[in-house]
Amino acid sequence: MSRTDPVLRIERLHKTFGATEVLRGIDLSVGRGEVLCVIGPSGSGKSTLLRCINFLEEPTSGLVYVDGEPIGYRVDTAGRRVRESFREINRLRERIGIVFQAYNLWPHRTALGNVIEALLVVRRQPRATAEAVGLEMLERVGLADKAHEYPARLSGGQQQRVAIARALAMKPEIMLFDEVTSALDPELVGEVLKVMRGLAADGMTMIVVTHEMAFARDVSSRVVFLHQGKVEEEGPPAAVFGAPRSERFKQFISSHR
Amino acid sequence: MQFDWSIVARYGGSFVDGAVMTLVVSVAATLIGLVIGMLAALARLSPWVFLRGVARAYVEIIRGTPLLVQLFFLYAALPLYGIRLSAVASGIVALSLYTGAFAAEILRAGITAVQRGHVEAARSLGMSYGQAMRRIVMPLMAVQVLPPLTSEFTGVIKWSSLLSVVTVPELTYTAYRAIGETYSAVEPLVVAGLLYWGLNDLVVAVGRGLERRLTRHLA
Repeated sequence: MSRTDPVLRIERLHKTFGATEVLRGIDLSVGRGEVLCVIGPSGSGKSTLLRCINFLEEPTSGLVYVDGEPIGYRVDTAGRRVRESFREINRLRERIGIVFQAYNLWPHRTALGNVIEALLVVRRQPRATAEAVGLEMLERVGLADKAHEYPARLSGGQQQRVAIARALAMKPEIMLFDEVTSALDPELVGEVLKVMRGLAADGMTMIVVTHEMAFARDVSSRVVFLHQGKVEEEGPPAAVFGAPRSERFKQFISSHR
Repeated sequence: MQFDWSIVARYGGSFVDGAVMTLVVSVAATLIGLVIGMLAALARLSPWVFLRGVARAYVEIIRGTPLLVQLFFLYAALPLYGIRLSAVASGIVALSLYTGAFAAEILRAGITAVQRGHVEAARSLGMSYGQAMRRIVMPLMAVQVLPPLTSEFTGVIKWSSLLSVVTVPELTYTAYRAIGETYSAVEPLVVAGLLYWGLNDLVVAVGRGLERRLTRHLA
């Protein structure tokens, strides 16, 4: 990891829903291979932050850069942001994988079918090529033997691992994880976290919104504590957890023990 | 009360022709109506106000006026503006537009019912709106909309009886003619009724078959 080579840069990001300002000026930068854990109480804007990164939500103002390229907008010569074409937004989204809390596997496709769908449709790969990649990805999350099962026949943990494989199949530069273990039975959390640890060890750049403090402590290279739409505390996990500065963060950690 | 089988025998061939005509106009109207309905449903969900307005006006006008009036309009009023359609053509157009409006609402409900997350997953992988619609939304909503669409299309077979008033030689028209010629109402109406029922059984069977196929893997 190095700060000189940011894959992702977020500048003065604001997001307002109606009268509620959910994100109130976020500045962040994520280096290649870094694992950034975003923690914070519910309603602090963690999910919205992730959704703004791949433009599932349109930021009210501010910009997100991937490899120096602003997402969803172009910056014109006068420095104003101009809305990008849908085609460009789709193209950029291919480079950012996201895994959702609710898995969101498509029930009419098998595990393998889910993983290769975008390879077939977006990348227009021949089925055989896509299936080879798909099986490799399922192997990586330990589910090669479930390739031909439909989601309804899989446990929550298995579905979430398929969802991770589905995002990985596009060979994204960044993976976003939106509270991916929050919907799981406690005994299934471990298998998903194990896959994520593996990814981190392989050098994947990850932004992980999570309530799993142990994961944040052990796996992340940096922790960000969001509170009311702002970065309240930021730093390496040892420093942040070892010597929390803000009162709110202290309260938050003590309630998550 | 007696049932004169000789009338059935004498008009058997005409009834078969009538049933075929009923089936042809109904299938045509169903297919065209599905396309119109899908376009109208997408238009009603579109971010463009103009498209939404057009689609909404279409649905409101068609739903708010009788099919018989629409049919007469196409067959009798349009020629005054220089547009002349044959009886069968105006019948198919009227039926298509009519069922399209109802299908639009069913399909709109179906699209809306597909979980947001399934669409977001598709978009997050780089799929365009059209790709996500075709590959994800349509197959998923098919499960929801098949039962109401099946009902809708049994309706098409029955509403097609109205085409008799513009001289389309379908089942009801055939029955009318037989009644006029034999002065006997029971036999032609019973035969026509049974044939309608049979055709609708076919529609229901097709709907049920599709539904079974589509729900195979869903929990």
